[in-house]
Amino acid sequence: MKLQEIVRELSLEVRCAAHNLNKQVSGGYASDLLSDVMANSKKDNIWITLQIHQNIVGVASLKELAGIIIVNGREPEEEALKKAEEENIPIMLTKLSAFEIVGRLYKLDIPGMG
Amino acid sequence: MLKRFEADLHIHTCLSPCGETRMSPRRIVEQAKLRGLDIIGICDHNSAENVACAKKVGEKEGLVVIGGIEVTSQEEVHILAFFDEDKDLFELANLIYENLPGINDERVFGEQIVVNDDDEVLSFNKRLLIGATVLPLHQIVDRIHSLGGLAIASHIDRESFSIIGQLGFIPDGLELDGLEVSPRLSLEKAQLEFGEAFDFPLVTFSDAHTLEDIGKSFTCLLIEEANIKEIRKALFGEDGRKVVI
Repeated sequence: MKLQEIVRELSLEVRCAAHNLNKQVSGGYASDLLSDVMANSKKDNIWITLQIHQNIVGVASLKELAGIIIVNGREPEEEALKKAEEENIPIMLTKLSAFEIVGRLYKLDIPGMG
Repeated sequence: MLKRFEADLHIHTCLSPCGETRMSPRRIVEQAKLRGLDIIGICDHNSAENVACAKKVGEKEGLVVIGGIEVTSQEEVHILAFFDEDKDLFELANLIYENLPGINDERVFGEQIVVNDDDEVLSFNKRLLIGATVLPLHQIVDRIHSLGGLAIASHIDRESFSIIGQLGFIPDGLELDGLEVSPRLSLEKAQLEFGEAFDFPLVTFSDAHTLEDIGKSFTCLLIEEANIKEIRKALFGEDGRKVVI
């Protein structure tokens, strides 16, 4: 499934790199520890986290993730948004919790083992 | 005789990937003197490779420089470690290197520059200094203490990479020597906000990543000499030493 379909289906608010939603998502990864995401996420995964600082963009860029969903209605730090725009990493926001959004992604057939 | 020392012990150099390239030890020392600081601490992320240079410059310029590291624990909590002796600092640095996976990507996280006291580039550190060690928090604090150092939890009022942000509490038995608050909070406000909840000494430092931020906040210590033993006494209010608020 493409990122833009996920955005539409789950009513995500796209805050960065809105022109870069045409990517095919390979699967999902949910974690709030950057070191864990670095070790275990896979290329083109969509990453679900509550972290809002700029290092999440670095990690997403390094691991070539499709995009980041920030949960619980949290507002990313300005530096994070700026960097995400530069690095072309879509940042998407939802008011839902991580558990809820992961469940809905799963229903859309986004696998956890992608 | 006891004297007042204005101390900003949490300053990053150009070795930290997020530190400004202009943050060479020489410029840091010059800026700290301009700001009227008496003691500075050099604390790069997971490395101490610019400390010796900073101390050398500090000695020439008449500013006390304390060697430190900002260690990232397995829980992604930042802990400041300070030592009098370089050999103890480097022993901790070696333990960190042995437990710090990954290679830095300069394009993504920034350059990690080791310099000399003439502002010349000596090398680029290739490790993933922005990353986390695989060392648990309590092991880091224990090691800092067994090497004779001070362990202070970084910027506890911030959400990112702070012990409160990552864990939500301070684990029982974790023998921190202090809690740092960021320049956003004055020590008076920090006392109101955290003083009751946590039974640890509070300090504030700048966590400067840019020259302009050096001394943005500092802690005033009433001590005899600028060393770890005296600072520890001040934190715990022993022998007349204290943190002046």
